[in-house]
Amino acid sequence: MSKIARQQSTHLPPDTRRTNFNEVVCGYTETEALTESGRCLQCKDPLCTSGCPVRINIKGFINFVSKKDYKGAYKTITEANLFPSICGRVCPQDRQCEAACILGKKHEPVSIGLLERFVGDMAQQNGWQETRPIVPINRTAAIIGSGPAGLACAYDLAKAGVSVVVFEALHLPGGVLTYGIPEFRLPKERVFKEIENLTRLGVTIETNRVIGRIHTIEDLMGRLSFDVVFIGTGAGYPKNLGIKGDALNGVMSANEFLTRVNLMRGFDFPRYGTPVGMGKNVAVIGCGNTAIDSARTALRLGPENVYIVYRRTLEESPARKEEIRHAIEEGVQFICLTESKEIISDNEGWAKGMNCVQKDETGSSEFLLNVDTVIYALGTMANPIIARTTPELTIDKAGYIETNKENMITSIQGVFAGGDITRSGGAFTTVIHAMSTGRRAAKGMLEYLEAVIAANGRPPKFRG
Amino acid sequence: MFEITAVESFSPSTFLWEINAPEIARAARPGQFVIVHCDETSERIPLTIADFDAVKGTITIVIQAAGKGTLEMMAYKAGDRISAVAGPLGEPSEIENFGTVVLVGGGLGAAPVYPILRALKLKGCHTISIIGFRTKSLVFWEGRFRRYSDESIIVTDDGSYGEKGLVTQPLKDIIMERQINRVIAIGPLVMMRSCAEVTRPFGVRTIVSVNPIMVDGTGMCGSCRVSLGDEVKFACIDGPDMDGHLVNFDELIIRQKRFVKYEKQSLALYEKKCPK
Repeated sequence: MSKIARQQSTHLPPDTRRTNFNEVVCGYTETEALTESGRCLQCKDPLCTSGCPVRINIKGFINFVSKKDYKGAYKTITEANLFPSICGRVCPQDRQCEAACILGKKHEPVSIGLLERFVGDMAQQNGWQETRPIVPINRTAAIIGSGPAGLACAYDLAKAGVSVVVFEALHLPGGVLTYGIPEFRLPKERVFKEIENLTRLGVTIETNRVIGRIHTIEDLMGRLSFDVVFIGTGAGYPKNLGIKGDALNGVMSANEFLTRVNLMRGFDFPRYGTPVGMGKNVAVIGCGNTAIDSARTALRLGPENVYIVYRRTLEESPARKEEIRHAIEEGVQFICLTESKEIISDNEGWAKGMNCVQKDETGSSEFLLNVDTVIYALGTMANPIIARTTPELTIDKAGYIETNKENMITSIQGVFAGGDITRSGGAFTTVIHAMSTGRRAAKGMLEYLEAVIAANGRPPKFRG
Repeated sequence: MFEITAVESFSPSTFLWEINAPEIARAARPGQFVIVHCDETSERIPLTIADFDAVKGTITIVIQAAGKGTLEMMAYKAGDRISAVAGPLGEPSEIENFGTVVLVGGGLGAAPVYPILRALKLKGCHTISIIGFRTKSLVFWEGRFRRYSDESIIVTDDGSYGEKGLVTQPLKDIIMERQINRVIAIGPLVMMRSCAEVTRPFGVRTIVSVNPIMVDGTGMCGSCRVSLGDEVKFACIDGPDMDGHLVNFDELIIRQKRFVKYEKQSLALYEKKCPK
């Protein structure tokens, strides 16, 4: 079996993709998917599932694919994850399931991500739904944030019969899937279709609701009578480099840049009213997934040069390897082992260059990079709104919510948290890690509903 | 969808919307703002709440039509619906009995001063309001201001109504002759900077409300960052109220011009679509 090569999906050619936001990886055809599924050894004790943060029965779904029972494959995946079209595209499989695949020891691992995506897309195309019967249990949950953590949590609660309302601060649901990850890597249509599946299960999504402001957590559990609350507000607060020139025009966070392009569709300005405000020569500082997304997005807006300025080596980048490869193919220029020292201003307050220092074993050299746009992709910090408006909530020094890692409960009874706001994703905060904490929290919430409420007849009053 | 329940025009380019938003009206406090997103293709526009009525379930905002987004807003009539209003956002203004407080409003900035004035008066402050307009025809809400002001002053640039001159003159006069415990100034950046400079030598705590360019309004994009002394703050979650003596106004004024070039392009498209 291993003699068959790992099936590659068709990719749009680099020259084409520089000019548009179409999805780069085209995904498997049925023939490719069947061939690839045939490569799976169907191990007796598969390692792949242990590499999956949400523990999808990978062997099981691939077996269904190989038998052309795609619906069966979809059902198998959705036992653990309602969002295969999303995860198949954005998970760092090279570090997770595929890294664990036994085939990878001698040959190349099974392309689990592309198979998952194939099944997810097929389900969307055919309008397959999660059809498990749901027995309502007369309990309500409020979920704060419709990003990966909140969506995964909502799914498990809804399946268990809890009536779920998801509160989203922005005008569209999805969190980072919508405002952060670009169209060419994760088409928004895919995201919204997966979320639609959730609403078909009876989950309500209320957009434009900034919890902490319109309702406090105390309001949710008091006036609005929710039995349990899940906080999945993410770590969206952008970090500044703190060098001279930070405040200049032309300097912005990756969050701002990507939000203008993805959420507000600034690439279609002026048809869409939100401009992006990008110049002709762009430096992105940092080399994580967000930096690569920013650089590749910038490239598609037609500048002269896009640089990634990174203080380490490319090998040390935490980004998905495939994305780095795509970025290089598309023409992003990597300047590694380089620190930014100062952004230089023209006489009207706009960035016109960046002083950099490149260091290697042989010494260091300074140079001026000719850029008029600098995008900071330096990572993010905890969003502070909930913590500030919920004094009863215990947070750590950096503002992240403290939880019991077993069940994700916070310092407040009935209030749970997950995703980046709890920093439980570790050093690499990914969509799937956020989902796994969302699922863990859902389990904790269900146990809590059963134990605490059964004991008291009703949930306890809000108490920090 | 949110229904616009009333529209009132103050001048050819300034107007008021009352919006049916019961949840926001219930939660709103003086000094907070909302983000208005009229339809799928429009910008998210941050606007300070000029009034709110929890009983009626409405909030009021005032708008200056300047770019494409706000010009398009001018076309809406009472009964029309807009796609989204998110809020209330930002930290509420500090409302306490501070003693004697001077509230300064410049032009359209007078509107968001009003709920703060009302709240401070109801808390027992001695309130002195100074509102300034370019000319008589632009004056609005005079009655509302008088109602909650122990003393009220109106100035116009051209002297067509009230005293002639800028708001800084009466502010200076008052601060030189009496003990003032706090000044609140809202209006154009240049006006707020001038007010802060008037009060600085006297050491009177001066609060300004900044309204920089934003996208999400929830602390995510950093577009609204403001240098406040040695710190960087976000107007959307740390403000909009800020210590006027610490705000780096020069930087804010430059940052306010970030999209001028694009606004022109956008405006050209709007004018092509809606010839005058």
